[in-house]
Amino acid sequence: MAERRVTPSRAQSIALWIDERLHLSKLFESTAGHHVPASSASWFYVFGSGTLLCFVIQIVTGICLALTYAPTADQAWTSLIVLNYQQYLGWFLRAVHNWGSNFMVAIMTLHMIQVFLFGAFKYPRELTWVSGCVLFLCTLGMAFTGQVLRFDQDAYWGLGIGMAILARTPVLGAVLTQLVLGGPIIAGETLSRFFTLHVFVIPGLIIALVSLHLRLVLTLGINEYPEPGKPVDPKTYRDEYEKLIEQTGEPFVPNAIGKDLVFSGLVILGILACAAYFGPAGPNGPPDPTLIQTNPRPDFYFLPLFSAFALMPPYLETVLILVAPVVGIIILFLVPFLSRSGEKSPRRRPFAVVSVILIMLTLTVLAWLGTYSPWSPVMEAWSGAATPVELIRGRTPLELQGALVLQSKQCRNCHSLGGTGGMRGPALDAVATRLTRDQLIRQVLQGGGNMPAYGRNLDPSEVTALVAFMSTLRPDYEPKAHDAARK
Amino acid sequence: MNNSRRKFLIWLGAGLNAIAGVLLSIPIIGYLGGALRGMQKEQAWIPLGGLDVFPVGQTRLATYVNPFRRPWDGETANTACWVRRIAENQFQVFAINCAHLGCPVRWFPESGLFMCPCHGGVYYADGARASGPPPRGLYEYEYKLDGGQLLVRGGRLPTLAQGV
Repeated sequence: MAERRVTPSRAQSIALWIDERLHLSKLFESTAGHHVPASSASWFYVFGSGTLLCFVIQIVTGICLALTYAPTADQAWTSLIVLNYQQYLGWFLRAVHNWGSNFMVAIMTLHMIQVFLFGAFKYPRELTWVSGCVLFLCTLGMAFTGQVLRFDQDAYWGLGIGMAILARTPVLGAVLTQLVLGGPIIAGETLSRFFTLHVFVIPGLIIALVSLHLRLVLTLGINEYPEPGKPVDPKTYRDEYEKLIEQTGEPFVPNAIGKDLVFSGLVILGILACAAYFGPAGPNGPPDPTLIQTNPRPDFYFLPLFSAFALMPPYLETVLILVAPVVGIIILFLVPFLSRSGEKSPRRRPFAVVSVILIMLTLTVLAWLGTYSPWSPVMEAWSGAATPVELIRGRTPLELQGALVLQSKQCRNCHSLGGTGGMRGPALDAVATRLTRDQLIRQVLQGGGNMPAYGRNLDPSEVTALVAFMSTLRPDYEPKAHDAARK
Repeated sequence: MNNSRRKFLIWLGAGLNAIAGVLLSIPIIGYLGGALRGMQKEQAWIPLGGLDVFPVGQTRLATYVNPFRRPWDGETANTACWVRRIAENQFQVFAINCAHLGCPVRWFPESGLFMCPCHGGVYYADGARASGPPPRGLYEYEYKLDGGQLLVRGGRLPTLAQGV
């Protein structure tokens, strides 16, 4: 409300004129200047604004990239190469966009963990949590669709993996894949679809949901810093919160925003530094499915999933792939309804703390395994990995022949010697301490325990040589395996 | 009087918008569902070339361009498959996509195995599952010989829901 003072200066009267029409001071009071509990001006409360900042960076750099990027299957990869090597600073904007997304997923995860541990999802902020969960899913959707727009071999085969999962849906599998692909194969219309999702649909949803999320934060107030022994009681909470604001409330701007500003600055600097140092991600080889010398890996956010697909028991696979994510998301949404009141402080919620540690530990270990995927055969080990000298020194011609068979039949792709080679099967450096000659022959011919049977691909002389070599594979100080059933 | 007039207008407006909404959504849903039209027909006989490029007793990579393509598909319309010539007139043609999650399998003639780089699926020379997570053997194309040419019937991305 513009109060008429005695004689306002010229500048003041212009400001008042503008404010009378735009109501900016009122808008400020009810938004940026709203009162927050003094306790919430904490370093733990900076992750929400940090996530939003990342999103803004993504919009700005995304618009810039869209000026050059050609969203068609035949030109997308070429336009990325142009962005990297010809377009002035194109490589840097690609790098900022990529690191912006990494930071966004990371900071958003921290935000979610903080909100969970501080009980901020409890009464009356249940729907703030739910809208945040949808935002989290949208962000993962942006990460996946963005990875597809980097239309290279990883993108192509990543889509293939996605479609193979979708196709496992009972009854509707074929229809769903066709709808997502926009045709019978991964091709032009598939990229157009993911471009539309990445550039129009999901960002639109995110903007709408962020508005709702912030609106809820303003309406319900920011969560006060939880104190142990001060449980939430839905009957009295609103009154207590209002009292708290009256007693300790401070306007968010300018009083409480300092730490958010510092964090935001650090985030931007971090993104810029990473972008400058690491450069843009890819593109790797062109998305030509006839180039099969490829080793598809997803971006880091999806590595835990990628690992889980390799490690879960095959008979449970379809159920786990299709049902577990749905159940997980439902539980996430239900958190505030399962635990609506009671203690907020993590000091009084050991189960919450342990769950967070367990979940993060699981995801980290899975992602770490995904970085070197021990379950995959090492495709070049048979021809590229050296046989350790100490394993062939002083061996007979027959045993040396066996060492050659072990290389040429690709055994090294799954079994390591001297620490190099695949890790799918056990290392063979000391196999003679575990298996007798007879057991070795049986294992080679019949396979088993997740090893293919080689009976059809080895002639008897090769088997004899191979087993003769493997029988020498043990350290001097360990005895040979022996068959307890025989003398 | 005035009140009932207002109510009438609200109902009239809501009704008009409902009808208009339905009329608008029918073509939109139809357009989006257009991808499903002719889904069953998206298979054709595709020539893989003369028989002499496939020696008896060997497995070779063959490529073709998917016949159901858009002009802007570029290299994504290229498709590869593994052709195993068992005897003079007996073949097996496999999709390169692993039956587990679709990654491209590689053929190793020395050990007679197909290996997948993603999650470690392994198949025997005849496409049967050997080890690893795949729930079945490799997807196999129908084939025929015509005028000294090998033709396969395909055109789709093979998945557990639908073969090639």
